Amino acid sequence: MVADVRESAVAEQAPRPRREITTGFVVSRIAVLAVAGAILLYAVPPLVAAGAWASLALLGVVSAVICYLYLTRRFVPAKYLIPGTVFLIAFQVFPVLYTVSTAFTNFGDGHRGDKQAAVTAIETGSVRQAPGSPEYALTAALRDGNLVFLLVDPKTKQVQAGTGQGLSPVTGAQVGITGKVVRAPGYTVLKAPEAAARAKDIAALSVPTPGGLIKANGLSRAVEGRAALTYDAACDCVKGEGDTWTADETRGYFVNAKGEHLAQGWQVNVGLDNFTRVLTNPTISGYFFGVFAWNLGFAVASVATTFALGVAVALALHHPRMRGTRAYRIVLVLPYAMPAFAMLLVWRDMFNRDFGLINQLFGLEVDWMGDPVTARFAVILVNLWLGFPYMFLVTTGALQAIPRELTEAASIDGATPWQGFGKVTMPLLLVALTPLLISSFAFNFNNFNAIALTSEGGPFPAENPQVGATDLLITYTFRLAFGAGGAQFGFAAAISVFIFAIVAVISAVAFRRTRKQEEVYA
Amino acid sequence: MKIALRHVFVLVVCAFALVPIIFVVSAAINPLGTLASTDLLPTGASLANFADLFASETHPFGRWFFNSVFIALTASFASLLLSMLAAYAFSRMRFRGRRVGLLALLLIQMFPQFLAIVTIFIIFTRVTELYPPFGFNTVWGLLLLYLGGALGVNTWLMKGFLDTVPKELDEAATVDGATHAQIFWRIILPLVTPILAVTALLAFIGFMSEFLMANVFLRDPESKTLAVGMFGMIAGDQRNANFGMFAAATLITAIPTVGVFLWLQKYIVSGLTAGAVKG
Repeated sequence: MVADVRESAVAEQAPRPRREITTGFVVSRIAVLAVAGAILLYAVPPLVAAGAWASLALLGVVSAVICYLYLTRRFVPAKYLIPGTVFLIAFQVFPVLYTVSTAFTNFGDGHRGDKQAAVTAIETGSVRQAPGSPEYALTAALRDGNLVFLLVDPKTKQVQAGTGQGLSPVTGAQVGITGKVVRAPGYTVLKAPEAAARAKDIAALSVPTPGGLIKANGLSRAVEGRAALTYDAACDCVKGEGDTWTADETRGYFVNAKGEHLAQGWQVNVGLDNFTRVLTNPTISGYFFGVFAWNLGFAVASVATTFALGVAVALALHHPRMRGTRAYRIVLVLPYAMPAFAMLLVWRDMFNRDFGLINQLFGLEVDWMGDPVTARFAVILVNLWLGFPYMFLVTTGALQAIPRELTEAASIDGATPWQGFGKVTMPLLLVALTPLLISSFAFNFNNFNAIALTSEGGPFPAENPQVGATDLLITYTFRLAFGAGGAQFGFAAAISVFIFAIVAVISAVAFRRTRKQEEVYA
Repeated sequence: MKIALRHVFVLVVCAFALVPIIFVVSAAINPLGTLASTDLLPTGASLANFADLFASETHPFGRWFFNSVFIALTASFASLLLSMLAAYAFSRMRFRGRRVGLLALLLIQMFPQFLAIVTIFIIFTRVTELYPPFGFNTVWGLLLLYLGGALGVNTWLMKGFLDTVPKELDEAATVDGATHAQIFWRIILPLVTPILAVTALLAFIGFMSEFLMANVFLRDPESKTLAVGMFGMIAGDQRNANFGMFAAATLITAIPTVGVFLWLQKYIVSGLTAGAVKG
């Protein structure tokens, strides 16, 4: 663990006098124990109830370590680092690592659970009414607080009780005119509104019988059904409906001879499949590289346009004889202070073809968000509006730090104003602002809001509703994971990993270049 | 002549900056309250949209406003405190793993948290089962999530501020018998308060506008933040009809931030050059 070097150095020189135990010391230690105790009291019972022993052990170890760290006088730096680190690990480091591991599976719609869950879902999903089976009159009742079906056979009028365990005969039950049970000893018959209130539980209860199972059909009828598809452990396959589906452990599906699979599958490791799909599957890789190119273009264009406009305005105001700079500055900063998410939505509606402000003002009939070129132009313009005040502010700050003597000296030496700007002011500005330009680039590279709230990634080509012309990698990933086309978490995670890699490489290169640049100019 | 040209250029840019804002104001006071009937310049004036906004049953705007301000205030305060604590250790103490820790933070900062959104969704599905008060549709769960990003974003910035505070001050305090905790709370924190205020304001604006996480996280109308709720307000076929209400909501949301912004303007310039980015 970490140790405070300064403290230990002192300790070596001379035995440290015992510090007296102050009230603050005692109170802070009691507070630590109280908080830890309260958290444990709250967190432990649900974990025990769920039987999550691994999480419970982790929780115990973490709280023990934290208590120890705060109760001793040693490990001073750790005391300050722990609070943020706990959150960082739980909600940032762990999700990132988990994302990377999900990228190697086919987790998503149809592959959510394990194989056992898939078999259960297939079997119960294929239950059909068995031919020739009786249709029972159903009465919902309670026995010891548990839901029970009282089933009356329409021919024999025999009454049986059905539970999740099976059928058992009921004696002494009184059957009314409608064919339903009115009362039965040991059971509380539910009245119609009470039964309606528990409709969900009633629909969920299935009573196993030797040949299949009995399920409610509405609130007053029950039918015996048979699973059309059954799992056979001997051949690891699902049989029924005159066909056989064999388990395919590499795809996580039951597949028949014709190569068709059942809708319900399970989660399996697919190795590097998701990654190779991105790079080699021609339909996907074509889109992926298209999106990537536009993403790069969008980020570069956003930084370049905001920076250019911001610098231009700052330079225009940066003149000793310029009047009204304070008023100008307030107006120019307004877009930055407005709530960004709301203004993005306002811009979206200003670009609306039918009643948008832009078409009204200029008397146009352009469907801005309907055409790839105009949509791209529109989102960059919107981002320019949102971003230039920031660049204006930082440039104003940086300009004030550049001594005027430098440009004056350049002009005395015969430099034109443009030369003075290009050779003196700009390089100095860039030294100060490059780190901000890099972080602005990284921010815009993943600027989800700027796209999702304006063009929503569109317009979409007719042949592929998954990838639009203004989609960034992050909005594309988001649609893959949560979109209407069905969740593909595994594949989305693989693309996330690609984005991690791209952002990290670009930032690393940029930081190296800045360091070199600083060495040149500083 | 040249000065006149400068004025013309700046005025054009000012017009560009102002047009959408005037449009919002005009929509907010438009008595008809629809997008189609809104022009750049107001055609009439009424406060009907504001009245509708607070009376609406389907869009509990007051509740959203409270949620947003509460989350943004708590998250910016707590995340600044967490990163301040870490920055204090990194700036004033020398320990094994210090350099590695700083580098790791820089790396983690490059990976935006929302790329892991699928995983966060899975984690919080489990949390919702175990601890409903911290699960989906709760402000506390979202707060926890936001705090995960606290260290990565601000620690380097804070460390930069703390490095500018002379070390002699803490040494003098140590000689006088102050503990490390007393130095932190009584000496360091008061000295960096002005710059903290600016950073907190930027964090506040960032949390107010956060949409992606909140949109996945908050589905229940009562638990929504302004960003999520107002997005739903003009979603789908309500886009035209509710536009006036939406514009009114935008203005109300903007008032506190614009006010504080104008007030802190001169600090913001120095705060921004020190490396903060609006999120």
